[in-house]
This record gives sequence, structure tokens and C-alpha cells, in this order.
Amino acid sequence: MDETFNPAASAPDDFRPATGDHREEEQKAFVNQSYWHDVFHRFCANKGAVIGLIFIVLILLFAIFGPMLSHYSYRTVDPLSTNLKPRIPGLEKLGIFSGYNDSVSTAYHYFGTDNLGRDLFTRVAQGTRVSFEIAGLAVLCDVLLGVVYGLVSGYFGGKVDMVMQRITEVLNSIPTMIVVTLLLLIIKPGMGSIIIAMMLTGWINMSRIVRAQVLKVKEQEFVLAANTIGDTNRNIIFKEILPNAMGQIIVTFMFSIPNAIFMEAFLAFIGLGIPAPMASLGSLINDGYKSAMIYPHMILSPVIILALLMLSFNLFADGLRDAIDPQMKQI
Amino acid sequence: MKKYIFKRVVIAVITVLVILLILYLMLDLMPGSPFNDEKMTAEQQAALYAKYGLNDPFPVRYLRYVRDMLKGDFGISYAIQKNCPISTMLKARVPISLRIGLQAAVFGTFVGLILGIVAAIKRNSPWDTVATTISVLGVSLPSFVFALLLSYLFSYKLKVFPLLYSSKEAFKSTILPTISLSMFTIASIARYSRSELIEVLNSEYILLADSKGITRTRLICTHAVHNALIGVITVLAPLVVNLMTGSLVVEKAFSIPGIGSLYIKAIQMNDYNVTLSISFLYSVLFIFTMLLVDILYGIIDPRIRLAKEG
Repeated sequence: MDETFNPAASAPDDFRPATGDHREEEQKAFVNQSYWHDVFHRFCANKGAVIGLIFIVLILLFAIFGPMLSHYSYRTVDPLSTNLKPRIPGLEKLGIFSGYNDSVSTAYHYFGTDNLGRDLFTRVAQGTRVSFEIAGLAVLCDVLLGVVYGLVSGYFGGKVDMVMQRITEVLNSIPTMIVVTLLLLIIKPGMGSIIIAMMLTGWINMSRIVRAQVLKVKEQEFVLAANTIGDTNRNIIFKEILPNAMGQIIVTFMFSIPNAIFMEAFLAFIGLGIPAPMASLGSLINDGYKSAMIYPHMILSPVIILALLMLSFNLFADGLRDAIDPQMKQI
Repeated sequence: MKKYIFKRVVIAVITVLVILLILYLMLDLMPGSPFNDEKMTAEQQAALYAKYGLNDPFPVRYLRYVRDMLKGDFGISYAIQKNCPISTMLKARVPISLRIGLQAAVFGTFVGLILGIVAAIKRNSPWDTVATTISVLGVSLPSFVFALLLSYLFSYKLKVFPLLYSSKEAFKSTILPTISLSMFTIASIARYSRSELIEVLNSEYILLADSKGITRTRLICTHAVHNALIGVITVLAPLVVNLMTGSLVVEKAFSIPGIGSLYIKAIQMNDYNVTLSISFLYSVLFIFTMLLVDILYGIIDPRIRLAKEG
């Protein structure tokens, strides 16, 4: 008996007193990763999303510093240099971007000039900036309104939810295009009015997503626990529920921005855009459209920027959605 | 089921009334008077007000407006064709817009489904890459960019299709608008049906059907696609909105004499009545489609009905 079972004799080195070293080893094997750290890693693994992010940053830089870099003003009209084709130093020697061959003007206009002789590089940069401002502000208002509405509707439930949901159902059945157009008929188009018009219906989508998320989280144990120890509604909503809805909110936010940029371009295209001499991507495209067949360069630069922006925002938001919640399907 | 349909219909009717109220308020609260002839005495004006019932209380006037709008009496145009009834103006234009919209919807759904199904079946193959690229491009690029690109290439450079709409070659001149309008439909249907079909193909009943030994074609056609299509119905409503906004842009780009181009003209010329009438028309179309989608969905998938009844 003693011979067959003698742990000390059979494996003298198997049992050692704990020294504390194993903790380090464990930590090497299971690195304590926070949720957002995981998100970051998943996001970086997605090539399309990273490229999207890079392009967004580049276009953002272009919008911020473009007007400063150029020594032309976006609103100065120059009758001597109208309809000039793009001309870039260096590249002109290669035969591309060489400008107007028999031009009277020797100036360099990177994107050419429009029919009033305004430098398109500056105008496109300025327009991108305005488009960003409109989209950013409109979507930010959407988020604030939608999150509050969704939180209240989802958290309190019952009759409050009933009434609030019927209201959004009716509002949601009115096409956004109609609401925006009608509003812009009453208040004349300008930056403020366009933002308000887009905000009027934009928040509904956000409120729905937040509400759905609240309904899901509300039933979980930690909310019950907070309720049991007598926490206030405000604390439960902002400290327990909101952080859990954050991922969804960010993803919806990112998907809303290209939509807002597109909406602004659409409004400009049907003649409800920012009034001249201000420029936005939409109004530049609308201006260029009139002479697109004769001077394609006028429409090309804003269209390329717009398309790149939409494309990268979509790729970026797609990647972000997959990173934040791999299980989540299309919103 | 009856309760569900009833509820949907009530919401749709309320929405139509809300829209009519907004439109009516916009007309009613406009400054000025319809009879602003300076020679007119106060008595004459009062007589005209009485004749047209403008002194009636607000609900009476509103109900009269609702009745007229629903009957299709939209009033007259102020600026575009002075004193021409709007219903006459619309009559010639509706079929053209409807035709392009329907063509785009049918073409877009068809191509989108094929792309989505092929991409899902041949996952991670070059076909998948092509389909995914097309769908990302279609969602990202506005339809006027496609309109411009297509008309520059095929009409201006190659001269295959007419640059602007002409009623002589009606079909030929609707081809490019249809394609540019349907790009978004193609993209979103392809995207959605791909993800939906991939999910269905991974489900257990497909595994069961496969292990029973039915052919691959039958498995995909009858078992998988059938179930994946149910989910695709949900994207129909946003697509209708897109076809509407798209039609404005595309009609302007190709100068098609449809409702969309009239709407833009009315906005730019400040023809209030025409703008309101077309807004009403678009809204009704949209609400009707939403209602149809909701009911269809309720019939096909009982889970949705139960969720919305609760």
C-alpha cells in the first residue's frame, strides 16, 4: 500500500510551494483585454475599414487645411481666368494637368477654375468643410434627440412607450425628402435651416435602435440589482444602460454621416442647397453639372471627393459594426 | 391577423391626415390673401371670401381640403402654367415617372438577387468579390454620379443612346435613366440577399435536407432561396424612398418630363400649389407601399405580426 501510493516519492517535483511566479505566467497567457481593446484589434484586422478610415482622415485634413494652403479665396471672382483646366506644377511637364494650352493665365489652379474664374481647389476644400459641418452637426443633433427619446421610451415602457412609438410610427411614414423640402420652402436654405430640416426626421432611426437596445439590456440581472439596492432611475439609465448601448449608438452615428452628406448633396442638386458664394460638395456638383459635357473638370473634383467620402464612410462604418458586435446583423 | 391589418391601416390613415394637415397649414398660414387686387373694395373682398367659404371655421375648411385632395382636385398652378389645373399637368407626367420607376425596381431587384445569390453560393470566390464591390459602390455613389457617368460615356462619347429624353424613342431614352436609378436597388438587394442566404445555408434544416440527399440545385432553389427572400422584403420600403428621391435627380439629369422634374421646377419657381400636390402624391405612394410591405410581411412571417401586435 505504501509503496504503490507515495506521492512524495513518485513525484517529488510535482508539488512545490506557490511562489507567486505562476501569476505572471497566467497573465502572459491570458492578457487582460478590455472590450474596446478587442474592438480595436478586430477593426484593424479589417483592411477595407482601415483604408476607409485613412481616406476619411485625409479628406478631413484637406477640408481643414485646404483653404489655408491655397492663396486664392473661395469667393473671389476673376473674369480673366474662367473655365481653366487643372494645372499642377511638376505634373504639367508630363503632359497631364497641363492646363489650358494657349491660356492667357499662367497661374496654377490645381483643380482648375469655374465659370466665374474662382479657384476650384479652394472651393472644393471649402465645400468639403461645409458638407462636413452640416453632416456632423445634423447627426450630432440626431444622436442627442434620438438617444434621449429612445432611452425614455424603452426604459419607462408601458403607456409612455405606447404613445411615443405611435408618434414615431406616424413621423416615420412621412418621407424625409418631403419634410425637408417643405421646411426649406418656408425657411430659406442656409446652413442652419438645412441642419434643422435634416434633424427633423433623422433622429427617428437612432431612437429606434437605442430603444431596442434598452429593451434588451433592461431585463438583465445587473439592472435588476441596481434596482433592488434602490438606485435612482437617472443613475440606472446613464450608468447601467447607456454604456451598454454605446456600441450601437456609435455605429449608427457613423452610418448616419454619409447619409447626411448625401442628403445635403441631393438638396443642393434639386436647388435647395447652400446659397452662393458659399459652396458645399452638393452645390459644386450642381454648378458643374450645367457644363459637365464641355468642362468635365468642374464636376469631376467634387464628385470624386464626394464618392470617396461616401465609400470610405460606408467601409469604415461596416468595419466598425463588425468590430463592435460581430454578431450584429445589418441595421 | 385582422387586428394586425386593422392597426396598420389606422396608422396609415392617420399619417395621411397628418400630412394633409401640414400641407394645409402651409397654405393657410401663408401671408397675404388670394384676392389681392388693389381696386377691390372691402365689401367685394368679403363677398369673395364668403363665396369660397374662407370664413368658415378651421376644421370645416380643413375637411373640405382633405375631401378635394382625396378626390384628386389639387387646385391650379400659379407660376409654371398659369391657371392650369394641376391634375391635368400631372396626368401626362405620371405614366413616364411610373414607367421608369417600375423598370428600375424590376431590373434592380432581378440583377440584385442574382448577384446576391451567386455571391452567397460561391462564397469567397472572384464572383463574390465582384458582387460585393458592385454593392459597395452602388450604396456609396449617388445616382446622379451614375447618371452623369453613363450619359457622358454612352450618349456623349459613344452616341449609343439619346442624351436627353425624347418621346420619339421613348424606350431607348429610358434605358440609361433606368440603369442609374436601379444601381442603389441592385446594391442593397445584393447585399441583403447575400447575408440572408449565407445565414440560411448555415442553418440546421439545410443540413438536414442535404443529408437526405436532395440535389444541390433543389436544395438552393426551393429550400434556401425561398427562406432568404422573406428577409429581403424588409428592404423594400427604403428602396421605394430611394426610387422617389432618385427619380428627382435622374429626371433632372436626363430632362425627363416626369413628376420629379416638375417637382424641382415647382420648388425653384416657388409654385406652392404644385409643390404641395406632388409632395402629397409622393407621401401617399410611400405610405401605401409601407402598408403593403407590413401586411405582406405579416402574412408571410407570423413572428413579425405577433411582435408588432404585442
